[in-house]
Amino acid sequence: MHEKTKDHAALADQFNKDEPRVDWHDETLWWVRQKRDKAAHQVPDWEVLRNTASGIKDNVLSNLGAYLEKFEEQARNNGVTVHWAADATEHNQIIHSLLQRHGVDKMVKSKSMLTEECHLNEYLKEQGIEVIDTDLGERVVQLAGEPPSHIVLPCIHKKKEEIGEIFHEHLGTPAGNADPQFLTHAARLHLREKFLTRRVALTGVNFAIAQTGEFVVCTNEGNADMGAHLADVHIACMGIEKIIPERKHLGVFLRLLTRSATGQPITTYSSHFRKPRAGQEMHIVIVDNGRSIQLGRKDFRNSLKCIRCAACMNTCPVYRRSGGHSYHTAVAGPIGSILAPNLDMKKYADLPFASTLCGSCSNVCPVKIDIHEQLYKWRQVIVQEGNAPVAKTAAMQAMDFVLSHPSVYRTAGKTGRWFLHNAPFTVNNGLNAWYKQRDMPAAPQKSFGEWYKKNRKG
Amino acid sequence: MRIGLFVPCYVDQFYPQVGIATLELLEKAGCEVVYPARQTCCGQPMANSGFEHLTKGCNELFISNFHEFDYIVSPSGSCVLHIKDHLHDPAREADALNVRGKIYELVEFMTDVLKIEKLDARFPHKVSIHQSCHGQRGLKLAQMTELMAPPFSKPVQLLNLVEGIELIGLDRPDECCGFGGTFCVAEEAVSVKMGKDRVADHLKHGTEYITAADMSCLMHLEGILHRQKSKVQVRHIAEILNSRE
Repeated sequence: MHEKTKDHAALADQFNKDEPRVDWHDETLWWVRQKRDKAAHQVPDWEVLRNTASGIKDNVLSNLGAYLEKFEEQARNNGVTVHWAADATEHNQIIHSLLQRHGVDKMVKSKSMLTEECHLNEYLKEQGIEVIDTDLGERVVQLAGEPPSHIVLPCIHKKKEEIGEIFHEHLGTPAGNADPQFLTHAARLHLREKFLTRRVALTGVNFAIAQTGEFVVCTNEGNADMGAHLADVHIACMGIEKIIPERKHLGVFLRLLTRSATGQPITTYSSHFRKPRAGQEMHIVIVDNGRSIQLGRKDFRNSLKCIRCAACMNTCPVYRRSGGHSYHTAVAGPIGSILAPNLDMKKYADLPFASTLCGSCSNVCPVKIDIHEQLYKWRQVIVQEGNAPVAKTAAMQAMDFVLSHPSVYRTAGKTGRWFLHNAPFTVNNGLNAWYKQRDMPAAPQKSFGEWYKKNRKG
Repeated sequence: MRIGLFVPCYVDQFYPQVGIATLELLEKAGCEVVYPARQTCCGQPMANSGFEHLTKGCNELFISNFHEFDYIVSPSGSCVLHIKDHLHDPAREADALNVRGKIYELVEFMTDVLKIEKLDARFPHKVSIHQSCHGQRGLKLAQMTELMAPPFSKPVQLLNLVEGIELIGLDRPDECCGFGGTFCVAEEAVSVKMGKDRVADHLKHGTEYITAADMSCLMHLEGILHRQKSKVQVRHIAEILNSRE
């Protein structure tokens, strides 16, 4: 039987059973947020840069078709094969057919959230193909049999001791060794053999330049380069929104991306790929998978401006205390919560509610997506489309009735305060989620309205 | 200047002293203040839960209660932001827009409209400020740490006029407390954890009173402080600005 996915609140509750771990997770990501602040402060025109990036992306979204065609034409002129995939299934099939054509059953893959979104690894596994994730964090979660919990820091939920155990089990490192330098060296040796022996390498795409048909892949580990330069076939997968018009615009986005993501001035490797080297094949798979639908949603289209820096996750006080897996989707956190309902509104109906609407996400976003406002708007859409729990709907209707009738409101307020005074056990019990870890406010004898009537002419 | 005083529902029922302090502050500043008796709620609890379509009754009441005043003032950044962003009435859209344009949160009304530069207030205690998100990021009552922009703070500007007060800084000056309306019960675990972490930051710096321009955040933090049997108390900023200790 199909098991229903737990919702964000239930998964977050589970995560919070281990409070010291929540503290550790929160502090680790807050540290990244602080690094971001420091890096951004060093750019005097930071807010101008954000405005510029936002404007460029607005232009891209308004002319997406033309830019994509231009990009395709230029890439073909460069000797690259361009494929179009309408959805995840088609994307996965294209990759599979390329592997089949080359008679290959093993490949290396650098970080690509798109392939996570499309569940490429699972699909290829079913076809008998082994995929090795070469980003260190992704390799860790892959060995652990888990999805990434963060789009930039995939194994941020794992402590180094846990990574030591995973490496001991899968890579044969000595038990109990959790020295990061030692473990990284072990991973390097393990991955080097894969890089040298795999004939196909898949990478993501951070920026695809319409003007030139080239694309840029940003990594800190150089793993995309190691894969692509050693393989006979380089496949790069990108969502349709990865386009930027001209090469000069990289000067805006590369300055913003890593400062927002990790507080570094720039990624260690910002690799430009333009054409296959002699004897190599290069393929670009351009994927829609719901993005055109999102583009058609007036209130939500600008979520497609996202450059996947994860600043919104690092700053989100909820994400830091619920963990990436509580979002049960490839892209977690605030941005994931406005992207996922577009893909499956029922399955992700909980996500726009996993927020206090504090607005910090929108403030750190390097392309100025109004994330918290979209969270509010998704809530309306989700309820309108009938995805609200029945009990909640009933409670809201009752609330509407009380608050729409001043006399009912006054009587209800009086009654409520009377109960708190005279029968506090009716409120202070296990059925009241407020009371579980918080006391109720003391109920005054008189409301302000009653006081005013007595003390002013009212 | 005729001011319509909007006292949010939960303040009306649980924290009447905040309404009283707000009223007295405005009266002391020479304003003519009226509290329309038929007011209830701004409608935010429903709207933030995805039920904005059920706020018709609240919206109609709000407009009929307040459209005639020169200004509408309320001691809650969150409720004010909701009205500013979401008050609609297809039958009276012009009135709705008018109300949205003249509603102010108390602090910004005091600094920006009344331009208060002196207060007859004394509160000789260590006080730390909780920056309620909707007031800060929504109404821009204070600069936000995410932005690379010059600092300012309207609440601090007013609190600095209070005699004897000692303002205490925090490690995270503008992190959300986790109240979030229905979030506080729907996402109980994270909400409480956020609140506990906020409380810990304030306690760590030796505060005696946590203040804010939103009582809802303070109600949440107070619930946690009480449960921890802490002696630290919460005070709405209106109470401190109106205090003569």
